[in-house]
Amino acid sequence: MSAASPVEVEPTTTPDEITFLSKPWVTIVWNDPVNLMSYVTYVFQKYFGYDKRKAEKLMMEVHEDGKSVVSSGTREEMERDVQAMHEYGLWATMDRSE
Amino acid sequence: MSGFARHRRSGRVIANFTGFEADLLRSLASQLVELLRNEAAVPDESQDPFEAMMDFSGPTTAPEDPVLARLFPTAYRDDAEAASEFRRYTEGTLRDGKARAAATIIDGLEEAGLPAELTEDGLMIDVELDEPTAETWMRSFTDVRLALATRLGVEDGDEAYWHGLPDEDPRAQAHDIYEWVGYLQETLVEALTARR
Repeated sequence: MSAASPVEVEPTTTPDEITFLSKPWVTIVWNDPVNLMSYVTYVFQKYFGYDKRKAEKLMMEVHEDGKSVVSSGTREEMERDVQAMHEYGLWATMDRSE
Repeated sequence: MSGFARHRRSGRVIANFTGFEADLLRSLASQLVELLRNEAAVPDESQDPFEAMMDFSGPTTAPEDPVLARLFPTAYRDDAEAASEFRRYTEGTLRDGKARAAATIIDGLEEAGLPAELTEDGLMIDVELDEPTAETWMRSFTDVRLALATRLGVEDGDEAYWHGLPDEDPRAQAHDIYEWVGYLQETLVEALTARR
């Protein structure tokens, strides 16, 4: 068992940076002329468990901006997500979080 | 042509195809299976048997065939080494999964009564799928559409071009089939999304 001990928090580390560091990789889905908007939305809901609103927002980003960051996490997690997107026929790549 | 629908009482996903339509779907799915097995993702059989057995690594370079290159995209855009590693570990599994999904369509149509050789006129094929099988069909329709679109060179917003081609142009016919599978997929997504 352990108990929390008082820790000195480095005052220059902001919560944003902590979040950023814990999710160093991202999965990007790119636009293609083939996949149906309804199908892409379905995949985002089904695989990532996103609600319809979030899934549609990401789908529209892919459609209108040409790409969208659909998930973030460790390198291993993102490799799993990219593989799953390829299984669904979406064009996905991974990259370090910017 | 009515596409897929959710049967209200059983919750199953249903569709009725003419013999011609079912035969066409089977032919597209078979071509996909053949393509997926075609370019070596598995160890080369001409190798020494022992060597072949010991060679369990997957491919490390992108497939040459543009359809396969689209089905198995490069995962890392700026890191060739990482991309090769990713491909080595994933492409074989992905190929098997996609081939199995296409085979599910073929099996489903044949179990619903599609004969090996279509000779009979007026044959109707009624398929009835549970949810996981319907989702497998939906996924495989994507692969079929990606394959057709890549061969045809489909681009965003080019519908007018395709519809402007003369009817007898084989590309116009292929594009009609591409649109038909898109319609089927759209109704399948709707049926799967429909509240039960």
